[in-house]
Amino acid sequence: MIPKRIGGIKFEVLSPQEIRRMSAAKIITPETYDDDGYPIESGLMDPKLGVIDPGLRCKTCGGKAGECPGHFGHIELAAPVIHVGYAKLIAKLLNATCKECGRILLKNEKRDEYIEKIENKKRLNQDYEDIIKEVFRVTKSVKVCPHCGAEQIEIKFEKPTSYYEGEHKLTPKDVRERLEKIPDEDLPAFGMDPKAVRPEWMVLTVLPVPPVTVRPSIILETGQRSEDDLTHKLVDIIRINQRFLDNKEGGAPQLILEDLWELLQYHVTTYLDNEVSGIPPARHRSGRPLKTLAQRLKGKEGRFRGSLSGKRVNFSARTVISPDPNISINEVGVPKIVAEELTVPFHVTEKNIEEARELVLRTEHPKANYIIRQDGRRIKVLDTNREELAEKLEPGMIIERQLMDGDIVLFNRQPSLHRMSIMAHYVRVLPYKTFRLNPAVCPPYNADFDGDEMNLHVPQSLEAQAEAKILMSVQEHILSPRFGGPIIGGIHDHISGLYLLTRGEKLFTRKEVMSIIKPLNVSELPKPKYVKDGVEYWTGKQIFSMILPKITIEFKAEICQGCDECKKENCEFDAYVIIKDGELVKGTIDEKAVGAFKGIVIDEIIRKYGKDRAKKFIDDMTQLAIRAIMYTGFSFGISDEDIPEEAVKQIHEVIAEAEKKVEKLIEAYKKGNLEPMPGRSLEETLEMKIMQVLGKARDQAGKIASRFLGMDNSAVIMAVSGARGSMLNLTQMAACIGQQSVRGERIKRGYSYTNRTLPHFKPGDLGAKARGFVKSSYKEGLSPVEYFFHAMGGREGLVDTAVRTSQSGYLQRRLINALQDLKVEYDGTVKEQTSGMLVQFRYGEDGVDPTKSFRGKAVDIKRIIKEVLSEES
Amino acid sequence: MMTKFRLQDHILVPEHILLSEEEAEEVLKTLGIKKEMLPKIRADDPVAKEIGAKPGQIVKIIRKSPTAGKSIAYRLVI
Repeated sequence: MIPKRIGGIKFEVLSPQEIRRMSAAKIITPETYDDDGYPIESGLMDPKLGVIDPGLRCKTCGGKAGECPGHFGHIELAAPVIHVGYAKLIAKLLNATCKECGRILLKNEKRDEYIEKIENKKRLNQDYEDIIKEVFRVTKSVKVCPHCGAEQIEIKFEKPTSYYEGEHKLTPKDVRERLEKIPDEDLPAFGMDPKAVRPEWMVLTVLPVPPVTVRPSIILETGQRSEDDLTHKLVDIIRINQRFLDNKEGGAPQLILEDLWELLQYHVTTYLDNEVSGIPPARHRSGRPLKTLAQRLKGKEGRFRGSLSGKRVNFSARTVISPDPNISINEVGVPKIVAEELTVPFHVTEKNIEEARELVLRTEHPKANYIIRQDGRRIKVLDTNREELAEKLEPGMIIERQLMDGDIVLFNRQPSLHRMSIMAHYVRVLPYKTFRLNPAVCPPYNADFDGDEMNLHVPQSLEAQAEAKILMSVQEHILSPRFGGPIIGGIHDHISGLYLLTRGEKLFTRKEVMSIIKPLNVSELPKPKYVKDGVEYWTGKQIFSMILPKITIEFKAEICQGCDECKKENCEFDAYVIIKDGELVKGTIDEKAVGAFKGIVIDEIIRKYGKDRAKKFIDDMTQLAIRAIMYTGFSFGISDEDIPEEAVKQIHEVIAEAEKKVEKLIEAYKKGNLEPMPGRSLEETLEMKIMQVLGKARDQAGKIASRFLGMDNSAVIMAVSGARGSMLNLTQMAACIGQQSVRGERIKRGYSYTNRTLPHFKPGDLGAKARGFVKSSYKEGLSPVEYFFHAMGGREGLVDTAVRTSQSGYLQRRLINALQDLKVEYDGTVKEQTSGMLVQFRYGEDGVDPTKSFRGKAVDIKRIIKEVLSEES
Repeated sequence: MMTKFRLQDHILVPEHILLSEEEAEEVLKTLGIKKEMLPKIRADDPVAKEIGAKPGQIVKIIRKSPTAGKSIAYRLVI
């Protein structure tokens, strides 16, 4: 079959004739169903408009419910009404044309000039909006018609659907008459094609009634019928329409007719769009605003974004995630109840029919849920028909087999901001009700276990499964295309664990070594480093070396103090890591070596031995780290921030001194002795100096605290190894929280008429305490005033993150929409897929795939030199 | 009146070279595309005016690039 292609889509405005032509029934009564529950003829549920009740047949096409697509009907409006969607355009047209003769307010030559320009732009496929705007602008200012000489009065448009000519209000009928007078020849100047749009069609005289299938009524549990919002609105329109007609025939006074006309306009307006500004939205009896035509299309849950661009899928599951360091990074733990629901098709052939039969006969977990026969019929496998179905099984049938260990699935966490947000994992069916994942894959998903939920999809075809395995599996994504380094690696306890294991010369007996390496597949122990009194001892560094492949690297660890001159292998902090032929000789393993985003060791392994070896290393590393941390034990509590009296005293002294300094600065400022810094006012200088002094005081307090905490403090271990938290966090907990700020300044807002932040202070007080300096630590607790200032700063932080996420989310959406059909071709150029337009002559100007680069650089010259040199020796 | 200076002497303006017909043909052949698929530069662009580019011609632009050192792009004059 040759696929049909859509060449183009053209939008036109429906003419009254067109509406009547396509109508299957004229609707006159607002009733829907009679007492027996059958649709009423000429009512809103007229059977000519299609059927939704099973058993009935459509009176137009004879189809049953489900077969008949539905047919339009129409309502003859008693008086014309403005279509809200075109109200603004109508206003522009009225102002651009003569009120008497209907001609455009331009001389013929000038008009043709504009038409020519528009045609030109159209031919070049360019935007012609600007020219049309100009036409409307120019014509609006014309006072006298160049064709008939009639004077023009400006028409004021009042939202949503009223037009005033001076004081006089134009009825829709007047408007329509004026629009009718505009000749076809003038329309192209407004960007309209007279064959597609006549301006008077924007004033409705006939209203199309959408088919019943578009607005089906639902039957509630109580047996009552509940109509769709659109039907409700149409009922209103017909009622008012009828009343208008009756009143007109009965010769009612003009005033009443006008009121009814207005009401009809309101109903038609809200029928089309119930969120028009300037009029109250039509409401349901319960007070809920009605969801009318525009609301069905608009917004996130609308037809376009909700139903067409975004759809829901089968073969997927969603639940809470929790960690399991005992499974590999490319596995996912799937709850048994989920695995029993999700299926993978199993194509029965002559070769595997016995296997298939076994699946059908099974009564427990990996069993068959459905059988699809050659004719496409799906049969559920039940206890009653199991044996019969197994008997009848033949090649060509498809069995829907339950998900089991080793199947490939796609695992995803929203927001899916980069390609690592969806990766392929191998299934591990586990008990309980959560998805389990190795904590090392948290960084690419940006997941944690505070209640996060994730989605799982089961690829059905063999092609999809192969593609998932080859392109999407976790090990393919260890290196991030963002910065060319590993994005998967140790987090939190992995880093603390390895730090504890490898720091210095920790000794372990054979029994201890065995318990630590139990989960690893190590068959041979290296030679013990020491033998004392006949007892063999291994170091932590040796244990870590057991999981390393043969690599040779040197680097500075995260705990590096940044000395002026690096002593390299003689580093007194054991911060210079040397790995030689897969043996950790010197240095401590921390975030820099195995952490996600940094992970130099992982980086080296993946470059030298490939993805699968790196995957194995990460698996082993997480297991080893957890055993190691469990061996020593690792905890953190409020008493870990205890510092001796002496330290507290020193901290208080430092802060008191800083406060004194601030007082002095303020005094100098008041006396006018303060020297302003270049480009700053006196006040700004003072603020900056005070901030500087207080910042320094906090840092000093932190230093004092950390001196007393020591390197074996668990909080310090976590901070220096990069596992969690920072020294600043520690300072704030143990020593001093420091200056609170709003908009990057000290807190100054408050009672501005007395120029103070709180009534606790004297007016104009610029001191540290009065402007939000918190000298307490979190452990000591804050004073009420400090607490208040802290809350101010804290609130700003919360608002900032909320605003940032929404803004960057929208930016991302726009970016993805703009970039979605760009592709890097085989010749390295970047082209737009639909038009073939060239966007980049060489991808990223250098044609380098960042995942295959070394931390963003195309070539790692250092490494090449090192390798060549080592080969020679 | 201010003295006229060459726009391309400014450090932020990359080098623009007008291609001859044969060169242009060669470029399109190697890229395997039609003229219209190239990015565009307007004939009234200041640099285009300076090098006297006419619509339909192709301009070669040599830029300094932080990733590749030097990058070459072509634009169709419109």
